[in-house]
Amino acid sequence: MIQVYLPIAEMSVDAALIVALGALVGFTSGLFGVGGGFLMTPLLIFLGIPPSVAVGSGTNQIIASSISGVIAHWRRGNVDVRMGGVLLAGGVAGSLLGVLIFNLLKSLGQIDLAIRLAYVVFLAGVGGLMLVESVISMIRSRGAPASSGPRGVERFAWAARLPMPMRFPKSDLTISAVLPLAMGVVVGILVAIMGVGGGFIMVPAMIYLLGMPTQVVIGTSLFQIIFVTIATTFLQATLNHNVDAVLTILLIAGGILGAQWGARLGAKLGGRHLRILLALLVLGVCVGLVDDLATTPAEPFSVLIARER
Amino acid sequence: MRRLLPLLAALALALLPSGDGADAARPVVADLSNHLVAITTGFSGTHVLAFGATDDRKGDIVMVVRGPRETHVVREKTRLAGIWMNRGGVTFAQVPSYYAVAATAPLSSVAPSEVRKRHQIGLESLALSATDGDGKGLSEAEAKRFRAALIRIKQKAGLYPEKAGTVTTLENRLFRAELFLPATVPTGSYSVEVYFLQDGAVVGAEITPLFVSKTGFSAEVFDFATRHAVKYALATIAFAVLAGWGVALVFRR
Repeated sequence: MIQVYLPIAEMSVDAALIVALGALVGFTSGLFGVGGGFLMTPLLIFLGIPPSVAVGSGTNQIIASSISGVIAHWRRGNVDVRMGGVLLAGGVAGSLLGVLIFNLLKSLGQIDLAIRLAYVVFLAGVGGLMLVESVISMIRSRGAPASSGPRGVERFAWAARLPMPMRFPKSDLTISAVLPLAMGVVVGILVAIMGVGGGFIMVPAMIYLLGMPTQVVIGTSLFQIIFVTIATTFLQATLNHNVDAVLTILLIAGGILGAQWGARLGAKLGGRHLRILLALLVLGVCVGLVDDLATTPAEPFSVLIARER
Repeated sequence: MRRLLPLLAALALALLPSGDGADAARPVVADLSNHLVAITTGFSGTHVLAFGATDDRKGDIVMVVRGPRETHVVREKTRLAGIWMNRGGVTFAQVPSYYAVAATAPLSSVAPSEVRKRHQIGLESLALSATDGDGKGLSEAEAKRFRAALIRIKQKAGLYPEKAGTVTTLENRLFRAELFLPATVPTGSYSVEVYFLQDGAVVGAEITPLFVSKTGFSAEVFDFATRHAVKYALATIAFAVLAGWGVALVFRR
């Protein structure tokens, strides 16, 4: 037990426990190739870290993990910078909006509920889709290869009528810039409210909605996550004062160890099995949160010290 | 260090002898083993010893410790569409963020309730005024419910300890009481009040200050984060960027 006092959370925690948590999340992210923020925030809250500080510090930690992730993809040329830039423009605007919403909900005393509800909705949606999709692809695995018809939005007539068409050579796509811009805004809001990178929403949206080729999706998603989390960390630290540097350092230290270990194990397991496992993990976290929201609390009251900063 | 200086100055002032010659007749004198509790990076709670002496009359000692007063908002979760959510809040102004009572005997046998009310000795006698979200008063029953919840949560956090028999005496002259401040103890200036009671009446009292302050690394971080939020934000971002980049270089395959 090495007790460390967190200066912004204003509580002392067991440093080894936080490093272990960082390692667990890092392991998951190395194994599945996701950011892991969706696990980090609920687990920190579970350990008693105030939800607001868990979100702010989690965002700061994601900067580090997404940078180390994107460098490998960059070397292989798997980053669509042009698409990343458009997503990013929307993302920064969304993040500003999200931090303001965060601030408002906090003053209304509903931020805790908002964070949990956002998690339930998105984890259920993404986890459910992933599970259905990987089970279907497993059943069809010996069938015919996927049809080579028009991809993503090119399938939808309405999408072609949107203004500002743009060419993305790396993704071999010509689509309206409005769509990735709007996606960026939505994910930016989520980054601020949920303390996640947003990859778990961005990646499926890029594949199924935009129709981007799979090999550039993860690199591009990580690329835009770096900048959106940098902007969000800046706004959280200056407007909401909820970024705890000591907590972040502990999480990053654990994350480094875990990610290497996870990546090694991930290379040994098959991709399809990994996706089913990830879907089950996402749904598991979701069920835990629903249970938490629906069961009668042992202590229905909570106390908050209103402090003028 | 800067935030510590005014505290030290106040401390020095409080410790100066009052010099009014009547000191010899004081029925009770008290002091603390330590007037400054420093919250460092490794802080996990601490003990402070209060001790003193009374004149040779037989009586009871009650020690009351009050932390800095702050506005506390108490919220209650209610069920709405199957989900438990916060609805409405009750604001308690001027609530001691820490409140401890120690005594030589159960409070009810030490002093009648009017005396306890007057000096706010004991959780039952603590004056807490409640207003709802719009600043209006509450019905008596509602105020009572929220007041009970506030005290219950504070006690659970170890911030409102109330124990009888924790002040020990020696030869009717000397007394001592151990005070525990948990890891979550709020920072600020505290007052330690020692009452000497005889037949339910206060015959002497002594107040000593106690300061709880963040020092060292954690204080510097907190200070920097609140006063220079922009620089702090940039520093945390720079650290994360360098850490992520460093990892990619080290584990390059």
